[in-house]
Amino acid sequence: MAALDSDGEEDLVSYGTGLDPLEEGERPKKPVPLQEQTVRDEKGRYKRFHGAFSGGFSAGYFNTVGSKEGWTPSAFISSRQNRADKSVLGPEDFMDEEDLSEFGIAPKAIVTTDDFASKTKDRIREKARQLAAATAPIPGATLLDDLIAPAKLSVGFELLRKMGWKEGQGVGPRVKRKPRQQKSDPGVRIYGCALPPGHSEGSEDEDDDYLPENATFAPKDVIPVDFTPKDNVHGLAYKGLDPHRALFGVSGDHFNLFSAGSERASHLFGEAGLSKGRKLGISGQAFGVGALEEEDDDIYATETLSKYDTVLKDEEPGDGLYGWTAPKQYKSQKESERDLQYIGKIVDGFSLSSKSLSSKKIYPPPELPRDYRPVHYFRPELSATPENSRLLQVLSESSGKAVCNPGTQSRHQLNAAKRGDLLGETPIQGSPTSVLEFLSQKDKERIKEMKQATDLKVAQLKARGLAQNAPSGRPQSSSSDGGHCSWHATPSDRTASARASNFKPFAKDPEKQKRYEAFLANMKQGRHDALERCLDPGMTEWERGREREEFARASLLYVSSHSTLSSRFTHAKDEDDSEQVEVPRDQENDISDKQSAVKMKKFGKLTRDTFEWHPDKLLCKRFNVPDPYPDSTLVGLPRVKRDKYSVFNFLTLPETASSPATPTSSRKIQQHQDLNKSRKPSRWDTSNQEKREESSSEFLSVAGSAVGTPKQEPSPLVNQEEEPVPEPLSEQKMVNKGADLQTEGEASRPSMDLFKAIFASSSDENSSSSEDEQGDSEDEQPGAGEADLTHSSETDLATTSSMTLASEPAPRAPAPSFPIQKMHFDEREEFGPRLPPVFCPNARQELEVPQKEKPKKNKDKHKLKKEHRRKKEKKKKHRKHKHKGKQKTPKAEKSSSSESTGSSDSLSDDEGAAAMSPEELLRRLKRLPLKRQ
Amino acid sequence: MLLENRRCVRPLGSDQVNTGPRAPRCLMLDPERRRADPGREEQEVGRAGPREVDGNYCLTCGSDKTLKLWNPLRGTLLRTYSGHGYEVLDAAGSFDNSSLCSGGGDKAVVLWDVASGQVIRKFRGHAGKVSTVQFNEEATVILSGSIDSSIRCWDCRSRKPEPVQKLDEARDGVSSLKVSDHEILAGSVDGRVRRYDLRVGQLFSDYVGSPITCICFSRDGQCTLVSSLDSTLRLLDKDTGELLGEYTGHKNQEYKLDCCLSERDTHVVSCSEDGKVFFWDLVEGSQALALPVGPGVVQSLAFHPTEPCLLTAMGGSIHCWREESYEAEGGTG
Repeated sequence: MAALDSDGEEDLVSYGTGLDPLEEGERPKKPVPLQEQTVRDEKGRYKRFHGAFSGGFSAGYFNTVGSKEGWTPSAFISSRQNRADKSVLGPEDFMDEEDLSEFGIAPKAIVTTDDFASKTKDRIREKARQLAAATAPIPGATLLDDLIAPAKLSVGFELLRKMGWKEGQGVGPRVKRKPRQQKSDPGVRIYGCALPPGHSEGSEDEDDDYLPENATFAPKDVIPVDFTPKDNVHGLAYKGLDPHRALFGVSGDHFNLFSAGSERASHLFGEAGLSKGRKLGISGQAFGVGALEEEDDDIYATETLSKYDTVLKDEEPGDGLYGWTAPKQYKSQKESERDLQYIGKIVDGFSLSSKSLSSKKIYPPPELPRDYRPVHYFRPELSATPENSRLLQVLSESSGKAVCNPGTQSRHQLNAAKRGDLLGETPIQGSPTSVLEFLSQKDKERIKEMKQATDLKVAQLKARGLAQNAPSGRPQSSSSDGGHCSWHATPSDRTASARASNFKPFAKDPEKQKRYEAFLANMKQGRHDALERCLDPGMTEWERGREREEFARASLLYVSSHSTLSSRFTHAKDEDDSEQVEVPRDQENDISDKQSAVKMKKFGKLTRDTFEWHPDKLLCKRFNVPDPYPDSTLVGLPRVKRDKYSVFNFLTLPETASSPATPTSSRKIQQHQDLNKSRKPSRWDTSNQEKREESSSEFLSVAGSAVGTPKQEPSPLVNQEEEPVPEPLSEQKMVNKGADLQTEGEASRPSMDLFKAIFASSSDENSSSSEDEQGDSEDEQPGAGEADLTHSSETDLATTSSMTLASEPAPRAPAPSFPIQKMHFDEREEFGPRLPPVFCPNARQELEVPQKEKPKKNKDKHKLKKEHRRKKEKKKKHRKHKHKGKQKTPKAEKSSSSESTGSSDSLSDDEGAAAMSPEELLRRLKRLPLKRQ
Repeated sequence: MLLENRRCVRPLGSDQVNTGPRAPRCLMLDPERRRADPGREEQEVGRAGPREVDGNYCLTCGSDKTLKLWNPLRGTLLRTYSGHGYEVLDAAGSFDNSSLCSGGGDKAVVLWDVASGQVIRKFRGHAGKVSTVQFNEEATVILSGSIDSSIRCWDCRSRKPEPVQKLDEARDGVSSLKVSDHEILAGSVDGRVRRYDLRVGQLFSDYVGSPITCICFSRDGQCTLVSSLDSTLRLLDKDTGELLGEYTGHKNQEYKLDCCLSERDTHVVSCSEDGKVFFWDLVEGSQALALPVGPGVVQSLAFHPTEPCLLTAMGGSIHCWREESYEAEGGTG
């Protein structure tokens, strides 16, 4: 319609067929429904679709031939004058003209079939075909294909031709050919064997044509390197009997029609024979004389040396194609190269360039200094300490290096600024070398303060530990003031001692390390009483024995740990996965406590382990049970990765010994037993549960009453019950009690921290021992100075009850937490049978309790939901996580540090209190439920 | 500690007794002794097969490398299944009595067709003797416990040669295995009873201490009966693992002896090495009866699922025990 309206405008393009214009008053026609639409052919006949629209046999007019009446027999009239010629009817006579059309069953028009369609579309394939043709045993098949080129070309060819491209030319802009220089150069020298003159001339004849100055030529056709796959089982580069030559002798001219390549091949392979005019019909690696071969005497011809080149001739062009491409391919390539000769690429008959290369200037090597010794050796790297300074000096002198670095520091230990100083540079004013220099003076002071405070805290903690180490014998040092003062100096001591030796098995405990070093020194001097001399006289007998053991072992193990040795190694930064093995995440508990539980017939919680177990999906299906873990892919028990060679995988007992809950539990069990001593257990002990409840409440009431007695001086902010340190007297009692309990094996085994200090890398937090952990957590956050240990003890309370509770006055604190305790009171460790002797006489074990708290608290964040998880695993797992202590402002931190000192004071004042402080018990009780998370 | 290695006397096992026309009345079993099959005692060392579900048949297996299906009422041998290469240590029947499974010293678990007596499939994969086999409820999975301390679940439906799942939590050989609709109960020589609960996806491991010889569910599915080598049977609460009862008096220190519960969970029955079968009252724990079977070791026993009828195995013979009134009728058979 639009096309009709704008008929006059030539610009418009109309699509489709316009509708007939509507007449006035005529009602618009209804569109013919689809089912009534008919298809007619060009003669107006209804078209019937036979078969699938075409190909069906449509005979005649409505299946009649030719006419409406159908096929009528023609009359046969023959007379004498008019003889009817014999007509032979073909099938076409019975066909409609549609059948003879292009899409009929007998098309008359000539159509290119697939066999004759252009094969130039796939050039690579064509190349491959050509190659195959050269080596094919029967040449005719593919050659014919080449001869009879299909008329039809692909669209690309058509387009290219329309753009002026011709077969054989390269594609691209036309180039201007340089005038030939090589040819015209009269002074060309030909080395080696010159090419047969006829051959070379023949190929270059065309090039001798006159080249107009401004003529451009099409670029050379690039023949792609063809990689034909080797699909036969012949050897590499095997070439079968060349049929052309085997059958027809030397390729005659008329056979060049078939293969131009064969001629080239004969040039390549049989040049010697050809030049002598021999008709050696056989080439290639096949042997024998063909049946059609007449002259076979030549195969017995003796080889003479004259056939061989005596001069190395550079046969291969530099293109590297020779040798790994087929010969034919190479030949064509070579031919094109010959065309390129005038450009400068001389392959055969190469000639010298006229100019000689400018000789390179040779610089003499630098003269060696007179005292240079061409032997490299590794100097032991010594840290600059007063003890080592002499040695360093000697070393540097012996190495012939001038002692240019003041302060006995090695060159590599200097930073840029110092080196600049040494070289006499003026220091760069503008850019500070450290971030710290951007800080204001005030900030710097604050940082310094914080650092001191944290150091102080370490010292205090150590002091506290020491105070418990020596509960009775050293009143001076364990008293608050004495301990304090002596430990103020610790950080500097520590740093000093840190330089003294690189191997510090007890680095976390400077006092111990000091003792150890003294012990080593004494050992070096050959004193037999080295151990006795260096040990702290204030320690208990047991501690001394233990430490003696540790020292002896450490010194034994680390005889070779010279500082030079250790300085060569560095700690690995990343964990190597291959060093890990997959072990079940959850393992059944130690049997020892279960055995005792079985002995006491306390089945139930004590003897039961519960694991997450993933059944196979198919198994669930077979059991008609929904998959409990539809999303999980693992089967069986969950597994975790572990260090393969870690010693700690095998040291299980110390873990239980150092586990914080066990001492408590053993003590509680003792109490429990005392409470139930009079009661005779029923035969089945079915009332385990209620008994437990009962006893727990009993126990709690005892504890609560003990708490109620105002024993501690009220401190405004810090809840002293939270102080994890038990009274030294109780410790003493434990020591005595534990003497008989302790197994011999445990006494003789070195402590866990020794192992850890020895085998664990110092940067690895998770390997730090129980007591080291204090230092560790301290080391982690000293820069920020934010979390301190006393806080951790507070925070653990905060997790059970709340922060506000923790800060409330002491006697009130335990009361609200009772329900929580009751809820979780059936903890396994609490009311089992007597557990194996796990008592740790070292008071440090007690100290560590708040430390253990932190990982447990972290547990909430990680989705550890199984209560059966072993503590051992917990420790291992969670120590790896950063201790997330409560982050506090430096100010609060400062105050807390002072609180902690106060608390430690008060603690030491608490000497001689009851055997087990109820606060301590309560605190542990509160802590226990956390384990179940 | 491998329990299997200690076995020297392992007589023919026996199993379930037939049902009679008489309705079960009394709880006490009258010790009536009967040879199940005096003529066929060639099964020298054997082990009791499992109960047939309906109690009409008795399946025995033994060191003659065969399984035998009996009619315990008449004492007639119905069919012999041979195909094992070594002694057959345990066998079980499917819920519809259409197929059997067995395992033995040839480390293979064999699935049999009851009617034809042909081996349907052999599952290989265990590294040691298969000491116990069980079908699951629908007989689509065979569970086998072996002294290689693993339990393997073989799929009877697919043609896969590998087990569906391998439960290798046990630290020592698996001596006994029971399957409920959603649980796998396994007793191991490492002294633990492990219950794999497929429904909740958890593994409950109860420590008993001494090597476990036999375990079984109570019929109400609430308790597990555990017999161990310390001559003690323990009744444990299934859910909590608490001890509900302890039954002593018999002797079980060397061999893998069977125990079971009576048809109504009223009594605990166990073999003993002194040639008796002990009965305890389940609730009171008192010894109700010590049934003398013979001079040897009672290796295996099985209780009828619904009737007071007991089969015991000693030496090369099976004895069927039932109450006195019935005995008059069935004794001749």
